[in-house]
Amino acid sequence: MLEIKNLHVKLEEEDKQILKGVTLSIGAGEVHAIMGPNGSGKSTLSYVLSGRDGYTVTDGSATLDGADLLAMDPELRAAQGLFLAFQYPVEIPGVGNMTFLRTALNAQRKTRGEPEISAGDFLKLVREKAKSLKIDAEMLKRPVNVGFSGGEKKRNEILQMAMLEPKMCILDETDSGLDVDAMKLVSEGVNALRSAGRSFLVITHYQRLLDHIKPDVVHIMAAGRIIKTGGPELALEVENNGYADLLAEVK
Amino acid sequence: MGAVSVKAEALVQRLAGLARPSGLAAAREAAMARLTGMGLPSKRDEYWQYTDPAALNAAEVKPADKEADNTALFGGLDAVKLVFVDGVFDAGASDDLALTGVSITRVAHALDTHWAQTSYGTLEALGQSPIARPWAALNTAYATDGLLIHVTGKAAKPISITYLRHSAHADAIVHHVIKLDAGAELTLLEQGPAAARLNHVIEVDLGAAARFHHIRAQGRDLGRHAVTHIFAQLAAEALFKSFTLTADGALTRNEAVITFAGPDAKAHIAGAAMGDGAFHHDDTVFVTHAAERCESRQVFKKVLKHGAVGVFQGKILVKKGAQKTDGYQISQALLLDDDSQFLAKPELEIYADDVKCSHGSTSGAIDDTALFYLRSRGVPLRAAQSLLILAFLADTIAEIEDETIAEDIRAGLETWLARHED
Repeated sequence: MLEIKNLHVKLEEEDKQILKGVTLSIGAGEVHAIMGPNGSGKSTLSYVLSGRDGYTVTDGSATLDGADLLAMDPELRAAQGLFLAFQYPVEIPGVGNMTFLRTALNAQRKTRGEPEISAGDFLKLVREKAKSLKIDAEMLKRPVNVGFSGGEKKRNEILQMAMLEPKMCILDETDSGLDVDAMKLVSEGVNALRSAGRSFLVITHYQRLLDHIKPDVVHIMAAGRIIKTGGPELALEVENNGYADLLAEVK
Repeated sequence: MGAVSVKAEALVQRLAGLARPSGLAAAREAAMARLTGMGLPSKRDEYWQYTDPAALNAAEVKPADKEADNTALFGGLDAVKLVFVDGVFDAGASDDLALTGVSITRVAHALDTHWAQTSYGTLEALGQSPIARPWAALNTAYATDGLLIHVTGKAAKPISITYLRHSAHADAIVHHVIKLDAGAELTLLEQGPAAARLNHVIEVDLGAAARFHHIRAQGRDLGRHAVTHIFAQLAAEALFKSFTLTADGALTRNEAVITFAGPDAKAHIAGAAMGDGAFHHDDTVFVTHAAERCESRQVFKKVLKHGAVGVFQGKILVKKGAQKTDGYQISQALLLDDDSQFLAKPELEIYADDVKCSHGSTSGAIDDTALFYLRSRGVPLRAAQSLLILAFLADTIAEIEDETIAEDIRAGLETWLARHED
């Protein structure tokens, strides 16, 4: 599904190398987690994969089902099935959440050469998906993320994911700013989307989230590289001992 | 030559080609006296520093040589439809001037005995202090056409005026007087390019608890030079709501002069302007709170690209005794490139001690983070930009109460955006 090979990335504005050779392979239906200390490059990886400006890829590649992700505009990556759940979902005053969802869904369909969804079908779909995430009609009417609590914003990200049905989902610190109940709700939303054809890359600081969203593979990232890969037990090791031992091991 | 004589000289030249119509003679005579005292604006005047009045002052009309876009809005609305061509009422193209609860007369047909004799020019005259508005006085003196609308009850339907431009040289002077009796209601729609050069005045006199809605779409016409004034006076508990969309126009100066004469009244005035290239758009607003517990809102937004210039001069004056005033003012510009310019002068002058007044003014580019967020969800760049531009203007459109009309305005904005993608 997602193949990242030897990815090197620096900041466009300053000569600072953030990713220094990331290699990662995620198969269809797999859930991978990336853990790592602050500043290790986790969020940069998610931004580069989704096409945010401000980064220069100096070496390496990233493909989604064989298609060169890095050559595509962000909207095309989305239409190909890539989805990033933002660590800080963006507030867009003046754009209603419903309008936003419908515009995004229809734009992707159009790009893929599919017919637009009818207003009636869309409404039915969005109500059904919103219900399971405990998103009420009022939240759907409000401008995108404006005045939403931290938990509401994250649930709104998962709603978008559920509506757009991507095949490769990246969750960038989706647990940040969530209380225990909200984390459970969000995780349930994610788990409901797990399927044989859909893969996840879950970026997190804490093992906690991985209690709810059980990964198949756990990677530890530090200083722009993946320094260790293992099973779910690796996350527990980090939780118990911190990153210091792992970092020392590598050095 | 001193500044005063320059202005007087400019006036003489400007008036050379104009003839003063005969009806409403006393009001026109009084306006002429005001005008002679003021002369025409010059760039030295405090409120003309950001907008060069030369094209308005010139004896000759700058030809509007590009085709005007006369595409109709508000088509789906059941309204009394009236048409002006190059500033002159076209009876053949208009509905009958008959509407339950409303009497409508053409300015061109008004006799000196007409009810409007005591209204025509009255609010304009009051609006000359403390800031002179010579174009409005000239309009009162020289207006060749317009409508005198007296509303005694709830108007059965909106009055919808379409201004078509056929000539590239017309110098139109249009003056409407709208008087709503206590408790009366009217919605006035205006649209269209109007004329190569347009001087437009509306005087709105609202009786107690009268409700007036005004939605104006200054049609797409790249060559138009326009100066417009709205003078409104509100009695107790009256409601005044005015929204203006300006898309294109070489020079547009929209002035609004609003006075609260009775308590508990509300006036909201909003403007959305979009310009690409040779576009100079000026909103100059003066709101006077002279009564208690009134609420005023000024919401002005401009989208500017390729060297377009936006100006906002907005003032809230709270007079002594106008306690519990709630005044709000926001002016913002979205600059789509580095060539465009926004000049803003917000002013508050407050002589009462128990009031709530706030104002804000910003200019900036499209938010990159929001743009990326939309694109990451699959919305293509252009569509994402358009969505964010419409979102930026949303607060102005929110001032339109009728959702059908708001939707028409939104559609007009979308059309404009689609044509100006590059």
